[in-house]
Amino acid sequence: MTRARATVLAFLFSMGSACAQSPAPPGALSCSGCHGAAGGEIPSLSGLSADEITEAMGAFKSGARPATLMNRLAKGFNETETRAIAQWLASQRSSP
Amino acid sequence: MSSASRRGVLSGAATLAFSLAAPCVIGQARPQAVIIGGGFGGATCARYLNRLGVAVTLLEPNATYVACPFSNLVIHGSRDLASQQFGYEALKREGIVIVPEMAAGVDADARLVRLASGTTLPYDRLVLSPGIDMRFDALPGYDDAAAQIMPHAWKAGPQTLLLRSQLEAMRDGGVVVMSVPANPYRCPPGPYERASLIAHYLKTHKPKSKLIVLDAKDAFSKQKLFQMAWKELYPGILEWVALGAGGKTTEVSVKDMVVVTEFDRHKADVANIIPPQQAGSIAVAAGVADKSGWCPIDPVTFASKLRPRMHVIGDAAIAGAMPKSAFAANSQAKVCASAVALLLRGETPASPKLLNTCYSIVAPAYGISVADVYHPARGILVDVEGAGGVSTLGASSEVRAREAAYADSWFKTISSEVFG
Ligand SMILES: Cc1cc2nc3c(=O)[nH]c(=O)nc-3n(C[C@H](O)[C@H](O)[C@H](O)COP(=O)(O)OP(=O)(O)OC[C@H]3O[C@@H](n4cnc5c(N)ncnc54)[C@H](O)[C@@H]3O)c2cc1C
Repeated sequence: MTRARATVLAFLFSMGSACAQSPAPPGALSCSGCHGAAGGEIPSLSGLSADEITEAMGAFKSGARPATLMNRLAKGFNETETRAIAQWLASQRSSP
Repeated sequence: MSSASRRGVLSGAATLAFSLAAPCVIGQARPQAVIIGGGFGGATCARYLNRLGVAVTLLEPNATYVACPFSNLVIHGSRDLASQQFGYEALKREGIVIVPEMAAGVDADARLVRLASGTTLPYDRLVLSPGIDMRFDALPGYDDAAAQIMPHAWKAGPQTLLLRSQLEAMRDGGVVVMSVPANPYRCPPGPYERASLIAHYLKTHKPKSKLIVLDAKDAFSKQKLFQMAWKELYPGILEWVALGAGGKTTEVSVKDMVVVTEFDRHKADVANIIPPQQAGSIAVAAGVADKSGWCPIDPVTFASKLRPRMHVIGDAAIAGAMPKSAFAANSQAKVCASAVALLLRGETPASPKLLNTCYSIVAPAYGISVADVYHPARGILVDVEGAGGVSTLGASSEVRAREAAYADSWFKTISSEVFG
């Protein structure tokens, strides 16, 4: 690839990325491996607000909400990280 | 920026023939990613990179992927192989180019993948997710031909069906021998899930039979949970022989149907040999595997530590504390895709966190799990302190049933995220 073509390519790609979402916060990309469409045994996250997700994660972490597994995963994130994940998950729905 | 004003900005580059057909697509000028392997790691990465605006070519020789998770239930007889099979139509519809060929080699300087047919494919970034290959040089007597008599069934497909049919054909009162390798290998709790389900099949259909599990380790994943369940459900049927008790397989003879250990010779009616493994052989050919046979990576971007512009995910990678699981491969693929998209734009990816959850089915409606959170520290992926762990010891049968149902739900969701 010539340098000129490389430069143009980088420019065009950065233009294209104007429509790309900002990168997901740490941990957020893993959720969709288990939480899918509504109707499955594992609850879907779609329709939940950022506050609802943050609150649920806090309750899993403290043990206030009983769980088979989410208690073990929620402990891997501090409050700031949890809120960032929750906001990102909630925002996924509103984007096309 | 509206699409009209974006067109205005770009009109200066009119000498380049490109079109803005869709807002996120910029014709020929998109950077090229090539992905080797359309399994849980590669197919996930292909979809995410494609959505991030990168042009993706996926190399996968098989038109149908056969998933390993839940294949132990096929061996158990409670699931058919068709439920494990997935195609690539959905990926094609999204615009991913699928080349149904094996990658044969990689030229790192020219940034070209060489295909088995001799053609070459250029890339800006290459992602390898080739899974594992059996090390047919590691266990005396066990090679590709021996695997047709003593199946490994550690790649799902004909091997799974072969082991199933051997169990079905076995007389009541027969001896099944399983051989389990030392770490690292694909799916750490997989052999023990399989042992549980074979024991369940024997108990239900051939109660005079026995299963001997010969292990090259003294400790294993979810050990206490498995051993408690075995004591309760399969006493007198399942015998586990640890490394310290002479469990390490040193040789097999398909002619005599014998599995040899340091202390003993076990005559088998059915033998399931899970041999030592290594990264899929293309990793060696590409120069991304080290002497261990696995691939060292940067824990933030999954970039190879040995070759530039190549990334390794899934079972083939040395991912520190992360196990070689489909869940982990999927989790890594998404992190790797976002890192690759940023690197192609000249940006620097932030430090990620990754998850893993592995369910094991010990009996129908009896599931257990291990889960953990990981992050990069000191150049490798380590557990986040205070998080993760296994299912509660002594939980109620209702909790075990719920975990089995969650396992089923997980498989449906992940397979639809990857292939659906
Ligand atoms: C019995 C069993 C049970 C399991 N249960 C679970 C479970 O419950 N949960 C879980 O999370 N994990 C489980 N696993 C593990 C899981 O199957 C693997 O970790 C997962 O498949 C790894 O994904 P991957 O992308 O690295 O490799 P794979 O899924 O193996 O994909 C590799 C792909 O690369 C292709 N390929 C290889 N070489 C080339 C080449 N040169 N050119 C082009 N293509 C190539 C192959 O054809 C293959 O399709 C289990 C495994 C087994 C054996």
